Amino acid sequence: MNPVISAQNLDLTFTTNDGPVHALSDITLDIDKGEFVSLIGPSGCGKTTLLRVIADLEQPTGGSISVNGMTPEQARIHRAYGYVFQQAALFPWRTIADNIALPLEVMGIAAAERATRVRDNMALVDLMGFENKFPWQLSGGMQQRASIARALSVQPDMLLMDEPFGALDEIVRDHLNSQLLKLWAKTQKTVVFVTHSIPEAVYLSTRIVVMSPRPGRIHSIIDCNLGADRPLDIRETPEFLAIAHQVREGLREGHSYEG
Amino acid sequence: MQVGRFVHDRLLPIGTILLVIVLAWYVAAYAMNAPFQRDTDRRAGVTPTSSEFLVKTMSQPKPTMPAPHQVVENLWKNTLTVKPWSKRSLVYHAWITLSATLSGFAMGTALGVLIAIGIVHIPALDRSFLPWIIASQTIPILAIAPMIIVLLSAIGITGLLPKALISTYLSFFPVAVGMVKGLRSPDVLHLDLMRTYSANKVQTLWKLRIPASVPFFFTSMKVAIAASLIGAIVGELPTGAVAGIGSKLLAGSYYSQTIDIFAALIAGSIVAILLVTLVDLAGRFVNARMGARQP
Repeated sequence: MNPVISAQNLDLTFTTNDGPVHALSDITLDIDKGEFVSLIGPSGCGKTTLLRVIADLEQPTGGSISVNGMTPEQARIHRAYGYVFQQAALFPWRTIADNIALPLEVMGIAAAERATRVRDNMALVDLMGFENKFPWQLSGGMQQRASIARALSVQPDMLLMDEPFGALDEIVRDHLNSQLLKLWAKTQKTVVFVTHSIPEAVYLSTRIVVMSPRPGRIHSIIDCNLGADRPLDIRETPEFLAIAHQVREGLREGHSYEG
Repeated sequence: MQVGRFVHDRLLPIGTILLVIVLAWYVAAYAMNAPFQRDTDRRAGVTPTSSEFLVKTMSQPKPTMPAPHQVVENLWKNTLTVKPWSKRSLVYHAWITLSATLSGFAMGTALGVLIAIGIVHIPALDRSFLPWIIASQTIPILAIAPMIIVLLSAIGITGLLPKALISTYLSFFPVAVGMVKGLRSPDVLHLDLMRTYSANKVQTLWKLRIPASVPFFFTSMKVAIAASLIGAIVGELPTGAVAGIGSKLLAGSYYSQTIDIFAALIAGSIVAILLVTLVDLAGRFVNARMGARQP
Protein backbone atom coordinates (compact mmCIF):
# COMPACT_ATOMS: atom_id res chain seq x y z
CA MET A 1 0.00 0.00 0.00
CA ASN A 2 1.29 3.43 -0.91
CA PRO A 3 1.74 5.79 2.03
CA VAL A 4 -0.66 8.75 2.23
CA ILE A 5 2.13 11.11 3.16
CA SER A 6 5.65 10.47 2.01
CA ALA A 7 8.53 12.82 2.80
CA GLN A 8 12.03 12.20 1.44
CA ASN A 9 15.05 14.13 2.79
CA LEU A 10 12.87 17.17 3.39
CA ASP A 11 14.71 20.42 4.14
CA LEU A 12 13.40 23.85 4.98
CA THR A 13 15.45 26.95 5.73
CA PHE A 14 13.69 30.21 6.57
CA THR A 15 15.42 33.41 5.56
CA THR A 16 15.01 35.93 8.34
CA ASN A 17 16.59 39.28 9.13
CA ASP A 18 18.83 37.51 11.65
CA GLY A 19 20.14 35.13 9.00
CA PRO A 20 18.88 31.71 7.89
CA VAL A 21 16.98 29.46 10.30
CA HIS A 22 17.25 25.74 9.62
CA ALA A 23 13.74 24.63 10.56
CA LEU A 24 13.67 21.16 8.99
CA SER A 25 16.64 18.98 8.19
CA ASP A 26 16.61 15.68 6.31
CA ILE A 27 13.11 14.59 7.27
CA THR A 28 12.18 11.21 5.87
CA LEU A 29 8.80 9.90 6.97
CA ASP A 30 6.02 7.74 5.54
CA ILE A 31 2.52 7.81 6.99
CA ASP A 32 0.02 5.13 5.96
CA LYS A 33 -3.70 5.46 5.57
CA GLY A 34 -5.61 5.25 8.84
CA GLU A 35 -2.59 5.88 11.05
CA PHE A 36 -2.62 8.27 13.98
CA VAL A 37 0.85 9.80 14.01
CA SER A 38 1.97 12.28 16.63
CA LEU A 39 4.84 14.69 16.11
CA ILE A 40 6.35 15.48 19.50
CA GLY A 41 9.29 17.63 20.51
CA PRO A 42 10.34 20.81 22.28
CA SER A 43 9.52 24.19 20.75
CA GLY A 44 11.69 24.99 17.75
CA CYS A 45 11.98 21.36 16.65
CA GLY A 46 9.99 22.02 13.48
CA LYS A 47 6.96 19.86 14.29
CA THR A 48 4.50 22.60 13.37
CA THR A 49 6.60 23.52 10.33
CA LEU A 50 6.48 19.91 9.12
CA LEU A 51 2.69 19.91 9.49
CA ARG A 52 2.49 23.20 7.61
CA VAL A 53 4.63 21.78 4.80
CA ILE A 54 2.22 18.84 4.49
CA ALA A 55 -0.64 21.36 4.36
CA ASP A 56 1.14 23.51 1.73
CA LEU A 57 1.28 26.46 4.12
CA GLU A 58 5.11 26.44 3.88
CA GLN A 59 7.32 25.55 0.93
CA PRO A 60 10.25 23.15 1.54
CA THR A 61 13.64 24.28 0.27
CA GLY A 62 14.91 20.77 -0.38
CA GLY A 63 13.86 17.13 -0.70
CA SER A 64 10.48 15.94 -1.84
CA ILE A 65 7.09 15.34 -0.33
CA SER A 66 3.88 13.83 -1.65
CA VAL A 67 0.41 13.87 -0.16
CA ASN A 68 -2.07 11.36 -1.58
CA GLY A 69 0.46 10.82 -4.38
CA MET A 70 0.25 14.52 -5.34
CA THR A 71 2.25 17.59 -4.46
CA PRO A 72 1.01 19.28 -1.27
CA GLU A 73 -0.37 22.13 -3.39
CA GLN A 74 -2.46 19.80 -5.55
CA ALA A 75 -3.59 17.99 -2.41
CA ARG A 76 -4.65 21.29 -0.87
CA ILE A 77 -6.55 22.27 -4.01
CA HIS A 78 -8.24 18.83 -3.96
CA ARG A 79 -9.11 19.52 -0.29
CA ALA A 80 -7.39 16.36 0.85
CA TYR A 81 -7.13 17.42 4.48
CA GLY A 82 -8.82 19.32 7.27
CA TYR A 83 -6.53 21.51 9.35
CA VAL A 84 -7.10 22.25 13.03
CA PHE A 85 -5.06 25.10 14.47
CA GLN A 86 -3.88 25.65 18.01
CA GLN A 87 -6.55 28.31 18.41
CA ALA A 88 -10.09 27.61 17.30
CA ALA A 89 -9.80 30.48 14.76
CA LEU A 90 -13.57 30.82 14.46
CA PHE A 91 -14.79 33.95 12.70
CA PRO A 92 -16.30 36.08 15.48
CA TRP A 93 -19.02 37.49 13.22
CA ARG A 94 -20.37 34.06 12.27
CA THR A 95 -22.53 31.81 14.40
CA ILE A 96 -21.17 28.36 15.25
CA ALA A 97 -23.26 26.75 12.51
CA ASP A 98 -22.12 29.36 9.97
CA ASN A 99 -18.50 28.87 11.02
CA ILE A 100 -18.76 25.15 10.38
CA ALA A 101 -20.41 25.89 7.03
CA LEU A 102 -17.57 28.25 6.00
CA PRO A 103 -15.36 25.72 4.15
CA LEU A 104 -18.48 24.28 2.50
CA GLU A 105 -19.44 27.74 1.23
CA VAL A 106 -15.94 28.18 -0.14
CA MET A 107 -16.21 24.80 -1.87
CA GLY A 108 -19.52 25.83 -3.41
CA ILE A 109 -21.61 23.09 -1.80
CA ALA A 110 -25.39 23.57 -2.06
CA ALA A 111 -27.26 24.96 0.93
CA ALA A 112 -29.25 21.79 1.67
CA GLU A 113 -26.13 19.61 1.70
CA ARG A 114 -24.38 22.24 3.82
CA ALA A 115 -27.14 22.15 6.41
CA THR A 116 -26.97 18.33 6.61
CA ARG A 117 -23.21 18.28 7.04
CA VAL A 118 -23.27 21.05 9.64
CA ARG A 119 -25.90 19.18 11.63
CA ASP A 120 -24.05 15.85 11.41
CA ASN A 121 -20.71 17.27 12.43
CA MET A 122 -22.13 19.33 15.27
CA ALA A 123 -23.69 16.13 16.61
CA LEU A 124 -20.35 14.35 16.20
CA VAL A 125 -18.53 16.83 18.45
CA ASP A 126 -21.46 17.09 20.85
CA LEU A 127 -22.42 20.70 20.14
CA MET A 128 -26.12 20.32 19.35
CA GLY A 129 -28.14 23.31 20.49
CA PHE A 130 -25.33 25.82 20.01
CA GLU A 131 -25.95 26.44 16.29
CA ASN A 132 -26.95 30.06 16.68
CA LYS A 133 -24.47 31.05 19.37
CA PHE A 134 -21.55 33.28 18.53
CA PRO A 135 -18.02 32.01 19.34
CA TRP A 136 -17.54 34.29 22.36
CA GLN A 137 -20.57 32.70 23.99
CA LEU A 138 -18.79 29.31 24.08
CA SER A 139 -16.01 28.04 26.33
CA GLY A 140 -12.53 27.43 24.92
CA GLY A 141 -13.09 23.67 24.75
CA MET A 142 -16.39 24.08 22.93
CA GLN A 143 -14.80 26.51 20.48
CA GLN A 144 -12.06 23.99 19.72
CA ARG A 145 -14.70 21.27 19.22
CA ALA A 146 -16.47 23.59 16.78
CA SER A 147 -13.21 24.05 14.90
CA ILE A 148 -12.78 20.26 14.70
CA ALA A 149 -16.35 19.97 13.38
CA ARG A 150 -15.44 22.63 10.82
CA ALA A 151 -12.41 20.62 9.68
CA LEU A 152 -14.49 17.43 9.51
CA SER A 153 -17.30 19.04 7.52
CA VAL A 154 -15.01 19.07 4.49
CA GLN A 155 -15.07 15.24 4.77
CA PRO A 156 -11.33 14.94 4.35
CA ASP A 157 -9.48 11.62 4.49
CA MET A 158 -6.84 13.26 6.59
CA LEU A 159 -6.82 15.51 9.66
CA LEU A 160 -3.82 17.72 10.36
CA MET A 161 -3.94 18.95 13.95
CA ASP A 162 -1.51 21.50 15.32
CA GLU A 163 -1.56 21.31 19.14
CA PRO A 164 -5.35 21.60 19.04
CA PHE A 165 -5.75 21.12 22.79
CA GLY A 166 -2.60 22.98 23.86
CA ALA A 167 -4.47 26.02 25.15
CA LEU A 168 -7.02 24.03 27.17
CA ASP A 169 -6.98 22.89 30.78
CA GLU A 170 -6.21 19.27 31.62
CA ILE A 171 -9.77 18.15 32.38
CA VAL A 172 -11.13 19.45 29.10
CA ARG A 173 -8.09 18.09 27.30
CA ASP A 174 -8.66 14.56 28.67
CA HIS A 175 -12.26 14.69 27.59
CA LEU A 176 -11.44 15.90 24.09
CA ASN A 177 -8.64 13.33 23.77
CA SER A 178 -11.00 10.43 24.37
CA GLN A 179 -13.58 12.01 22.05
CA LEU A 180 -10.97 12.39 19.35
CA LEU A 181 -9.94 8.77 19.75
CA LYS A 182 -13.54 7.60 19.37
CA LEU A 183 -13.90 9.82 16.33
CA TRP A 184 -10.77 8.39 14.80
CA ALA A 185 -11.89 4.80 15.46
CA LYS A 186 -15.28 5.56 13.90
CA THR A 187 -14.09 7.43 10.80
CA GLN A 188 -10.76 5.68 10.10
CA LYS A 189 -9.17 8.95 9.05
CA THR A 190 -5.43 9.47 8.87
CA VAL A 191 -4.42 11.89 11.63
CA VAL A 192 -1.18 13.82 11.97
CA PHE A 193 -1.13 15.39 15.40
CA VAL A 194 1.38 17.90 16.75
CA THR A 195 1.78 18.01 20.52
CA HIS A 196 4.32 18.64 23.24
CA SER A 197 2.52 16.48 25.78
CA ILE A 198 3.93 12.97 26.22
CA PRO A 199 0.78 11.41 27.76
CA GLU A 200 -1.35 12.92 25.03
CA ALA A 201 0.91 11.53 22.30
CA VAL A 202 1.07 8.03 23.83
CA TYR A 203 -2.64 7.95 24.56
CA LEU A 204 -3.70 8.91 21.04
CA SER A 205 -1.12 7.60 18.61
CA THR A 206 -0.30 4.47 16.68
CA ARG A 207 3.16 5.92 16.04
CA ILE A 208 5.08 8.73 17.72
CA VAL A 209 7.68 10.77 15.85
CA VAL A 210 10.14 12.27 18.33
CA MET A 211 11.77 15.41 16.96
CA SER A 212 14.70 17.47 18.19
CA PRO A 213 15.56 21.10 17.59
CA ARG A 214 18.19 23.22 15.81
CA PRO A 215 18.03 22.02 13.13
CA GLY A 216 14.59 20.40 13.38
CA ARG A 217 14.98 16.70 12.62
CA ILE A 218 13.52 13.30 13.46
CA HIS A 219 15.26 11.70 16.43
CA SER A 220 13.34 8.46 16.53
CA ILE A 221 10.01 6.90 15.64
CA ILE A 222 8.30 4.89 18.36
CA ASP A 223 5.51 2.37 17.74
CA CYS A 224 2.62 2.65 20.09
CA ASN A 225 0.57 -0.57 19.94
CA LEU A 226 -1.92 -0.06 22.72
CA GLY A 227 -4.80 -1.36 20.63
CA ALA A 228 -7.91 0.41 19.44
CA ASP A 229 -9.82 0.44 22.73
CA ARG A 230 -8.17 2.93 25.04
CA PRO A 231 -10.01 4.02 28.17
CA LEU A 232 -8.51 7.02 29.94
CA ASP A 233 -7.05 4.91 32.77
CA ILE A 234 -4.91 3.00 30.29
CA ARG A 235 -2.47 5.77 31.13
CA GLU A 236 -1.63 4.06 34.41
CA THR A 237 -0.77 0.66 32.85
CA PRO A 238 2.88 -0.51 32.63
CA GLU A 239 2.69 -0.74 28.80
CA PHE A 240 1.63 2.88 28.58
CA LEU A 241 4.29 4.03 31.03
CA ALA A 242 6.98 2.06 29.18
CA ILE A 243 6.20 3.82 25.91
CA ALA A 244 5.99 7.18 27.68
CA HIS A 245 9.42 6.49 29.19
CA GLN A 246 10.82 5.66 25.75
CA VAL A 247 9.45 8.94 24.35
CA ARG A 248 10.87 10.89 27.28
CA GLU A 249 14.30 9.28 26.78
CA GLY A 250 14.16 10.14 23.09
CA LEU A 251 13.31 13.77 23.87
CA ARG A 252 16.13 14.00 26.39
CA GLU A 253 18.71 12.56 23.98
CA GLY A 254 17.55 14.84 21.22
CA HIS A 255 17.87 17.82 23.48
CA SER A 256 21.36 17.00 24.86
CA TYR A 257 22.70 17.33 21.30
CA GLU A 258 23.04 21.07 21.84
CA GLY A 259 25.49 20.56 24.68
CA MET B 1 -31.95 52.77 36.26
CA GLN B 2 -31.19 53.05 32.55
CA VAL B 3 -32.54 56.62 32.48
CA GLY B 4 -30.58 57.51 35.61
CA ARG B 5 -27.36 56.30 34.06
CA PHE B 6 -28.10 58.17 30.84
CA VAL B 7 -28.64 61.40 32.77
CA HIS B 8 -25.54 60.87 34.87
CA ASP B 9 -23.16 59.63 32.14
CA ARG B 10 -24.31 61.65 29.14
CA LEU B 11 -26.67 64.50 29.87
CA LEU B 12 -24.87 65.90 32.92
CA PRO B 13 -21.37 66.28 31.44
CA ILE B 14 -22.62 67.52 28.06
CA GLY B 15 -25.10 69.87 29.73
CA THR B 16 -22.39 71.31 31.98
CA ILE B 17 -20.15 72.12 29.04
CA LEU B 18 -23.10 73.62 27.16
CA LEU B 19 -23.89 75.83 30.15
CA VAL B 20 -20.29 77.04 30.34
CA ILE B 21 -20.26 77.79 26.61
CA VAL B 22 -23.54 79.73 26.77
CA LEU B 23 -22.33 81.76 29.78
CA ALA B 24 -19.00 82.55 28.10
CA TRP B 25 -20.90 83.44 24.94
CA TYR B 26 -23.10 85.95 26.82
CA VAL B 27 -20.06 87.52 28.45
CA ALA B 28 -18.33 87.75 25.07
CA ALA B 29 -21.47 89.20 23.45
CA TYR B 30 -21.65 91.90 26.10
CA ALA B 31 -17.95 92.73 25.87
CA MET B 32 -17.89 92.88 22.08
CA ASN B 33 -21.15 94.74 21.56
CA ALA B 34 -20.61 97.31 24.36
CA PRO B 35 -18.28 99.75 22.47
CA PHE B 36 -20.74 100.11 19.57
CA GLN B 37 -23.65 100.50 21.98
CA ARG B 38 -21.81 103.21 23.96
CA ASP B 39 -21.10 105.05 20.72
CA THR B 40 -24.74 104.87 19.62
CA ASP B 41 -26.01 106.03 22.99
CA ARG B 42 -23.61 108.97 23.08
CA ARG B 43 -24.73 110.14 19.65
CA ALA B 44 -28.37 109.78 20.58
CA GLY B 45 -27.63 111.64 23.81
CA VAL B 46 -29.13 109.01 26.11
CA THR B 47 -27.62 107.71 29.32
CA PRO B 48 -29.12 104.30 30.03
CA THR B 49 -28.88 102.57 33.40
CA SER B 50 -26.49 99.63 33.43
CA SER B 51 -29.33 97.08 33.22
CA GLU B 52 -30.88 98.93 30.26
CA PHE B 53 -27.44 99.04 28.67
CA LEU B 54 -27.00 95.29 29.18
CA VAL B 55 -30.32 94.59 27.47
CA LYS B 56 -29.38 96.88 24.56
CA THR B 57 -26.08 95.05 23.94
CA MET B 58 -28.08 91.86 23.61
CA SER B 59 -30.63 93.16 21.15
CA GLN B 60 -28.75 94.98 18.41
CA PRO B 61 -30.04 94.23 14.89
CA LYS B 62 -26.50 93.72 13.53
CA PRO B 63 -24.38 92.91 16.57
CA THR B 64 -20.65 92.26 16.37
CA MET B 65 -21.35 89.14 18.38
CA PRO B 66 -24.97 87.99 18.49
CA ALA B 67 -26.24 86.76 21.84
CA PRO B 68 -27.36 83.11 22.08
CA HIS B 69 -31.05 83.97 22.41
CA GLN B 70 -30.89 86.11 19.24
CA VAL B 71 -29.47 83.15 17.34
CA VAL B 72 -32.05 80.80 18.79
CA GLU B 73 -34.82 83.25 17.90
CA ASN B 74 -33.48 83.52 14.33
CA LEU B 75 -33.25 79.72 14.06
CA TRP B 76 -36.79 79.37 15.35
CA LYS B 77 -38.14 81.98 12.96
CA ASN B 78 -36.34 80.55 9.93
CA THR B 79 -37.18 76.92 10.54
CA LEU B 80 -40.56 76.71 12.22
CA THR B 81 -42.45 79.83 11.17
CA VAL B 82 -41.75 79.70 7.44
CA LYS B 83 -42.62 77.01 4.91
CA PRO B 84 -39.74 74.54 4.72
CA TRP B 85 -39.46 74.95 0.92
CA SER B 86 -39.36 78.76 0.97
CA LYS B 87 -36.02 80.38 0.27
CA ARG B 88 -36.00 81.96 3.72
CA SER B 89 -36.19 78.63 5.48
CA LEU B 90 -33.03 77.15 6.93
CA VAL B 91 -34.61 73.75 6.41
CA TYR B 92 -34.60 74.42 2.67
CA HIS B 93 -30.95 75.50 2.71
CA ALA B 94 -29.96 72.63 4.97
CA TRP B 95 -31.67 70.24 2.56
CA ILE B 96 -29.73 71.68 -0.41
CA THR B 97 -26.47 71.19 1.47
CA LEU B 98 -27.53 67.78 2.79
CA SER B 99 -28.32 66.44 -0.67
CA ALA B 100 -24.87 67.44 -1.93
CA THR B 101 -23.31 66.02 1.25
CA LEU B 102 -25.05 62.66 0.94
CA SER B 103 -24.35 62.17 -2.76
CA GLY B 104 -20.73 63.22 -2.25
CA PHE B 105 -20.45 60.94 0.77
CA ALA B 106 -21.88 57.99 -1.15
CA MET B 107 -19.46 58.52 -4.03
CA GLY B 108 -16.54 59.15 -1.68
CA THR B 109 -17.23 56.02 0.36
CA ALA B 110 -17.54 53.88 -2.75
CA LEU B 111 -14.34 55.37 -4.17
CA GLY B 112 -12.51 54.92 -0.86
CA VAL B 113 -13.53 51.26 -0.60
CA LEU B 114 -12.51 50.58 -4.20
CA ILE B 115 -9.13 52.24 -3.68
CA ALA B 116 -8.58 50.26 -0.49
CA ILE B 117 -9.45 46.95 -2.17
CA GLY B 118 -7.03 47.84 -4.96
CA ILE B 119 -4.25 48.80 -2.57
CA VAL B 120 -4.64 45.64 -0.51
CA HIS B 121 -4.57 43.32 -3.52
CA ILE B 122 -2.15 44.99 -5.93
CA PRO B 123 1.33 45.62 -4.48
CA ALA B 124 2.14 48.12 -7.26
CA LEU B 125 -0.86 50.23 -6.24
CA ASP B 126 0.20 50.02 -2.61
CA ARG B 127 3.54 51.58 -3.44
CA SER B 128 2.43 54.08 -6.07
CA PHE B 129 -1.00 55.22 -4.94
CA LEU B 130 -0.84 55.90 -1.23
CA PRO B 131 1.62 58.85 -1.36
CA TRP B 132 -0.61 60.56 -3.95
CA ILE B 133 -3.70 60.01 -1.86
CA ILE B 134 -2.01 61.59 1.13
CA ALA B 135 -0.69 64.45 -1.03
CA SER B 136 -4.23 65.07 -2.33
CA GLN B 137 -5.35 65.93 1.19
CA THR B 138 -2.60 68.47 1.79
CA ILE B 139 -4.09 70.82 -0.82
CA PRO B 140 -6.34 73.34 0.96
CA ILE B 141 -9.91 72.59 -0.07
CA LEU B 142 -10.69 76.31 -0.07
CA ALA B 143 -8.15 76.74 -2.88
CA ILE B 144 -9.26 73.84 -5.02
CA ALA B 145 -13.04 74.16 -4.57
CA PRO B 146 -13.48 77.29 -6.77
CA MET B 147 -11.33 75.69 -9.46
CA ILE B 148 -13.50 72.58 -9.52
CA ILE B 149 -16.67 74.69 -9.68
CA VAL B 150 -15.34 76.92 -12.47
CA LEU B 151 -13.85 74.07 -14.50
CA LEU B 152 -17.02 72.00 -14.29
CA SER B 153 -19.29 74.91 -15.12
CA ALA B 154 -17.11 75.57 -18.18
CA ILE B 155 -18.10 72.14 -19.49
CA GLY B 156 -21.71 72.72 -18.51
CA ILE B 157 -21.89 70.87 -15.21
CA THR B 158 -23.50 72.97 -12.50
CA GLY B 159 -25.76 72.51 -9.52
CA LEU B 160 -25.49 69.55 -7.20
CA LEU B 161 -22.70 67.57 -8.85
CA PRO B 162 -19.76 69.98 -8.47
CA LYS B 163 -20.50 70.40 -4.75
CA ALA B 164 -20.91 66.65 -4.35
CA LEU B 165 -17.55 66.13 -6.04
CA ILE B 166 -15.85 68.38 -3.49
CA SER B 167 -17.49 66.30 -0.77
CA THR B 168 -16.23 63.17 -2.53
CA TYR B 169 -12.73 64.63 -2.63
CA LEU B 170 -12.76 65.13 1.14
CA SER B 171 -14.57 61.94 2.15
CA PHE B 172 -12.84 59.25 0.09
CA PHE B 173 -9.61 59.74 2.03
CA PRO B 174 -10.62 58.62 5.55
CA VAL B 175 -12.55 55.69 4.05
CA ALA B 176 -9.60 54.60 1.89
CA VAL B 177 -7.10 54.80 4.75
CA GLY B 178 -9.47 53.16 7.26
CA MET B 179 -10.44 50.37 4.86
CA VAL B 180 -6.82 49.57 3.94
CA LYS B 181 -6.25 49.03 7.63
CA GLY B 182 -9.52 47.12 8.03
CA LEU B 183 -8.98 44.82 5.03
CA ARG B 184 -5.54 44.00 6.39
CA SER B 185 -6.83 43.40 9.92
CA PRO B 186 -7.56 39.62 9.71
CA ASP B 187 -4.89 37.68 11.56
CA VAL B 188 -2.53 35.29 9.85
CA LEU B 189 -4.39 32.35 11.39
CA HIS B 190 -7.63 33.25 9.61
CA LEU B 191 -5.79 33.84 6.33
CA ASP B 192 -4.05 30.45 6.69
CA LEU B 193 -7.43 28.88 7.36
CA MET B 194 -8.84 30.28 4.11
CA ARG B 195 -5.74 29.00 2.34
CA THR B 196 -6.30 25.45 3.64
CA TYR B 197 -9.74 25.68 2.01
CA SER B 198 -8.05 26.80 -1.23
CA ALA B 199 -10.25 29.89 -1.15
CA ASN B 200 -9.59 32.30 -4.02
CA LYS B 201 -8.96 36.02 -3.53
CA VAL B 202 -12.57 37.01 -4.09
CA GLN B 203 -13.79 34.49 -1.51
CA THR B 204 -11.16 35.61 1.00
CA LEU B 205 -12.14 39.23 0.40
CA TRP B 206 -15.83 38.56 0.70
CA LYS B 207 -15.91 36.08 3.56
CA LEU B 208 -12.95 37.28 5.64
CA ARG B 209 -11.49 40.68 4.78
CA ILE B 210 -14.72 42.62 4.36
CA PRO B 211 -16.48 41.30 7.50
CA ALA B 212 -13.28 41.91 9.48
CA SER B 213 -13.13 45.50 8.22
CA VAL B 214 -16.67 46.48 9.25
CA PRO B 215 -15.71 48.24 12.52
CA PHE B 216 -13.02 50.20 10.63
CA PHE B 217 -15.58 51.00 7.93
CA PHE B 218 -18.01 52.68 10.31
CA THR B 219 -15.30 54.57 12.20
CA SER B 220 -13.92 56.02 8.97
CA MET B 221 -17.42 56.77 7.67
CA LYS B 222 -18.05 58.91 10.75
CA VAL B 223 -15.05 61.06 9.84
CA ALA B 224 -15.99 60.98 6.15
CA ILE B 225 -19.56 62.17 6.56
CA ALA B 226 -18.46 65.17 8.64
CA ALA B 227 -15.82 65.95 6.00
CA SER B 228 -18.49 65.62 3.30
CA LEU B 229 -20.61 68.29 4.97
CA ILE B 230 -17.64 70.65 5.16
CA GLY B 231 -16.95 69.95 1.50
CA ALA B 232 -20.52 70.71 0.48
CA ILE B 233 -20.56 73.98 2.47
CA VAL B 234 -17.22 75.08 1.03
CA GLY B 235 -18.48 74.09 -2.43
CA GLU B 236 -21.43 76.46 -2.02
CA LEU B 237 -19.25 79.50 -1.33
CA PRO B 238 -18.01 80.17 -4.89
CA THR B 239 -21.32 79.39 -6.60
CA GLY B 240 -22.56 82.92 -6.05
CA ALA B 241 -24.50 82.10 -2.92
CA VAL B 242 -27.64 80.71 -4.52
CA ALA B 243 -28.76 78.18 -1.95
CA GLY B 244 -27.44 76.06 0.88
CA ILE B 245 -25.88 76.59 4.28
CA GLY B 246 -22.70 77.88 2.65
CA SER B 247 -24.65 80.50 0.70
CA LYS B 248 -26.38 81.65 3.90
CA LEU B 249 -22.93 82.10 5.49
CA LEU B 250 -21.71 84.09 2.51
CA ALA B 251 -24.86 86.22 2.22
CA GLY B 252 -24.71 86.88 5.94
CA SER B 253 -21.17 88.18 5.68
CA TYR B 254 -22.01 90.34 2.60
CA TYR B 255 -24.76 92.14 4.48
CA SER B 256 -23.22 91.97 7.98
CA GLN B 257 -26.13 89.80 9.12
CA THR B 258 -24.16 88.25 11.96
CA ILE B 259 -27.23 86.64 13.47
CA ASP B 260 -27.92 84.89 10.16
CA ILE B 261 -24.32 83.66 10.02
CA PHE B 262 -24.51 82.17 13.45
CA ALA B 263 -27.92 80.63 12.80
CA ALA B 264 -26.57 79.05 9.62
CA LEU B 265 -23.54 77.77 11.52
CA ILE B 266 -25.73 76.21 14.19
CA ALA B 267 -27.97 74.68 11.53
CA GLY B 268 -24.88 73.19 9.88
CA SER B 269 -23.71 71.77 13.21
CA ILE B 270 -27.10 70.21 13.87
CA VAL B 271 -27.01 68.54 10.45
CA ALA B 272 -23.46 67.29 11.19
CA ILE B 273 -24.46 65.88 14.57
CA LEU B 274 -27.47 64.15 13.03
CA LEU B 275 -25.37 62.63 10.26
CA VAL B 276 -22.61 61.37 12.55
CA THR B 277 -25.20 59.98 14.97
CA LEU B 278 -26.94 58.21 12.12
CA VAL B 279 -23.70 56.56 10.98
CA ASP B 280 -22.95 55.63 14.58
CA LEU B 281 -26.37 54.02 15.05
CA ALA B 282 -26.03 52.12 11.77
CA GLY B 283 -22.63 50.89 12.97
CA ARG B 284 -24.04 49.70 16.29
CA PHE B 285 -26.89 47.94 14.54
CA VAL B 286 -24.58 46.14 12.11
CA ASN B 287 -22.13 45.23 14.89
CA ALA B 288 -24.92 43.74 16.96
CA ARG B 289 -26.10 41.73 13.97
CA MET B 290 -22.54 40.47 13.52
CA GLY B 291 -22.47 39.04 17.02
CA ALA B 292 -20.42 41.70 18.76
CA ARG B 293 -20.24 41.13 22.50
CA GLN B 294 -22.86 43.21 24.28
CA PRO B 295 -21.28 45.62 26.78
